[in-house]
Amino acid sequence: MPTIRLASETDVAGWRQAARALRAGQVAPEETLWTVDGAGGDLFGEAGPILPAGRLAADGPAFTVPRDFVELADRVILHRSDERFVLLYRMLWRLAREPHLMRLHSDPDVQKAQHFARAVSQAAHKMKAFVRFRLVTGPDGEEYYVAWFEPAHRVAEVTAPFFARRFASMHFSILTPDACVHWDTQVLAVLPGADPADAPSEDSLEDYWRTYYASIFNPARLKVGAMMKEMPKRYWRNLPEARLIPDLIAQAEARTTTMVRQTPSTPSRRVVAAVHRTLRDAPFDGQGMRSLEEVQVAVQECRRCDLHCDATQGVTGEGPAQARLMLVGEQPGDQEDLAGRPFVGPAGQMLDRALIEAGIARDRAFVTNAVKHFKHELRGKRRIHQTPGAGEVTACRWWLDAERRLIRPRVIVAMGATAALSVFGKPVAIGASRQQALPLPNQAQGVVTYHPAYLLRLPDAQAAAKAYAAFVADLKFAAGLAA
Amino acid sequence: MATLDLKRKLAILSDAAKYDASCASSGGTKRDSLGGKGVGSVDGGMGICHAYAPDGRCISLLKILLTNFCVYDCAYCVNRVSSNTQRARFSVDEVCDLTIGFYKRNYIEGLFLSSGIIRSADYTMEEMVRVARTLREVHDFRGYIHLKVIPEAAPRLVNQAALYADRVSINVELPRDASLAALAPEKDAGGIRKAMGAVRLGVDAGQEKGRKARPPKYAPAGQSTQMIVGADDAPDGEILKRSERLYGAYKLKRVYYSAFSPIPDSTARLPLARPPLVREHRLYQADWLMRFYGFDRAEIIGETEDLELAIDPKLAWALRNRGDFPLDLNTAERERMLRVPGLGVRSVDKMIEVRRFKALRLEDVKRLTRGIEKLKPFIVTADWTPGALTDAADLRERVTPPPQQQSLF
Repeated sequence: MPTIRLASETDVAGWRQAARALRAGQVAPEETLWTVDGAGGDLFGEAGPILPAGRLAADGPAFTVPRDFVELADRVILHRSDERFVLLYRMLWRLAREPHLMRLHSDPDVQKAQHFARAVSQAAHKMKAFVRFRLVTGPDGEEYYVAWFEPAHRVAEVTAPFFARRFASMHFSILTPDACVHWDTQVLAVLPGADPADAPSEDSLEDYWRTYYASIFNPARLKVGAMMKEMPKRYWRNLPEARLIPDLIAQAEARTTTMVRQTPSTPSRRVVAAVHRTLRDAPFDGQGMRSLEEVQVAVQECRRCDLHCDATQGVTGEGPAQARLMLVGEQPGDQEDLAGRPFVGPAGQMLDRALIEAGIARDRAFVTNAVKHFKHELRGKRRIHQTPGAGEVTACRWWLDAERRLIRPRVIVAMGATAALSVFGKPVAIGASRQQALPLPNQAQGVVTYHPAYLLRLPDAQAAAKAYAAFVADLKFAAGLAA
Repeated sequence: MATLDLKRKLAILSDAAKYDASCASSGGTKRDSLGGKGVGSVDGGMGICHAYAPDGRCISLLKILLTNFCVYDCAYCVNRVSSNTQRARFSVDEVCDLTIGFYKRNYIEGLFLSSGIIRSADYTMEEMVRVARTLREVHDFRGYIHLKVIPEAAPRLVNQAALYADRVSINVELPRDASLAALAPEKDAGGIRKAMGAVRLGVDAGQEKGRKARPPKYAPAGQSTQMIVGADDAPDGEILKRSERLYGAYKLKRVYYSAFSPIPDSTARLPLARPPLVREHRLYQADWLMRFYGFDRAEIIGETEDLELAIDPKLAWALRNRGDFPLDLNTAERERMLRVPGLGVRSVDKMIEVRRFKALRLEDVKRLTRGIEKLKPFIVTADWTPGALTDAADLRERVTPPPQQQSLF
């Protein structure tokens, strides 16, 4: 039985070369033994030729393997199990007859290799997490950061580039029993394993780190199992904070009990007085709205219907207080609700386009909605517009009336049925009432037209173009009345 | 007042920060410190937990307050103005030096900075932004920064915060607006939502594709929030409904649930009993089902109900919907497989690959999952069918895990 000797525990290239040659030579996995240079040859003392992996040359036809096998093998070789080489060779052997082997996740070999690979990835992740550098200052004040670390698997070399990218401007060394990596801000060097004694034994900041660790721990919610699962004991001896753990756990219950038993404290008289003063001096909220700003602030407190519960904010109108033309839409949509401004979403863009075409400057009109809060329902993670009900429109009329009273526009354009219901106080048929000056109180005139969102929803391009032209014509008509 | 040394300040201001559950360093734009004069990298993936405290929580960031002086009087908070806790305040440089010092020793992924409100919301937010700007511009720090946004601060400052930070968060604090009004008189639920809305618009604009002048990265790791569970009477159904709406409206990355924890120097306005920690765990599980397993909140729980504490919400759902089971793992669609209690996304995806080449047998399922016994009543494989087991009257008892004792150490 041939024993294949690899140059090192992580000799990926050697393993690949040997495995390729062995499979080409039809050597079955059961007939191979794998060892590593310096590991003392064959464990069972069996006789057989010892073949240095580097000298095996493939003489059979070349073959390919799935890419994910190669990626898996690269990781599995870093595992500390002695079984890894033969396991991988067995998979390589089987791949010749079972090309789908890598997809059979429940196959015992595949499952074991995946398990090894996951353990290796985890070890690399924990290395990124648990390496603790200590600062060493050289004779000329230059700074070196040195860490001693014992990874669960042989991941020091593959994990080193992570540290180089992260600490690019630092000179650092990570010493491990398997390999040492050094970074001089330019080049990453890998040298043989070292001894813990080679690393510095303290760092002035560790005391601060322990202070932080102890303070951030909440004794009222002890979950030792959860900690142990993620920070296994094998790492503790190289973690400066770990020595605090036993005491923190031991004292947790007593600390919590004391905390809970403490009677609620009485705030200082000075503080109580200050709070009372603030309350007394707070501005008085009057009833009547005297400005659009007051409307904007007051609508945030509106509880006249339930729409405020799920909306971000009440959205009132925008525009000059002396506007002659008032445009009323239905309600704020998703974007308007977030931004707190009317007609900034897709329907707003449609409105802007039509206003330009109708020769109306948006900033000279007052643009608002019949309902001030966004009514919607959740579908999956999206908020979908819902038409407000008559009750909500009526409840919200109070706010539109306040805006109408403050602005006293000559013409009010009700865009869509909801706006018309609010403006006229009764349902109005949009199609039949377009292009007419409808009488309103306070010498104002009303005009009805489509809602810009309706134009967006029309699926037929021809119908949409027709409705859009009508919309622009209605706006022009209104502008003519207001002039 | 005697000046406190830095270590004492660190103790006070990290102790004051520990009631915020979030410590994630996930998301963020992938970057490193190569070619820079400082340190720091972000992988853009799941983030790294550098340590775990005995409370089982991950320590990924240096989570501190800039100061625990506060003019607000929120009943649930240890830093409220009326509390007699010891006060401290870091200088901007002290925070930066601690962050860089810890980072260079690989203790942390970055900084999570929050603060009590001093003078005004704007002043405080400005100080916090100053820390982030100093870290980024003076120290060329490229690690993770999470800033807590003060919702009452000016939108201009919130925007600045989001430009320096990887993640920003605004805590909704309590599931009910009314409780917030009662327990945190200076806070305003509407103001909190407004600030979250503004952040979402900023994040959306930053991610907009096909824009010529790409705006600077705006909180690339998104925003999150925290709700305190058990400080008011809101049942789990109401809490999850609130979360569902928050996810929908503000595209939050995470809603953190924090079981109300007794605080030192408590006030009489708070409930005496604290909720079991498992309640918080069940809420996270239900939240997970909504986000990754295609469940609607209404399927998991009614608005006025609480989640069962003895079993996880997916198992509870399956027990209520036995008509959907057993499910044949060899033919079922992925969406339905994800609803089998005990099957996770990874197991399901592996099974779907395997079954293209061979029929799944019980031993296959066993190798791809943790624990086959709990699964058996709900599944059919090539060599297994549960027969009457799925409808057995004692199924609940069979699949309910025995109550776990707190592990002593």
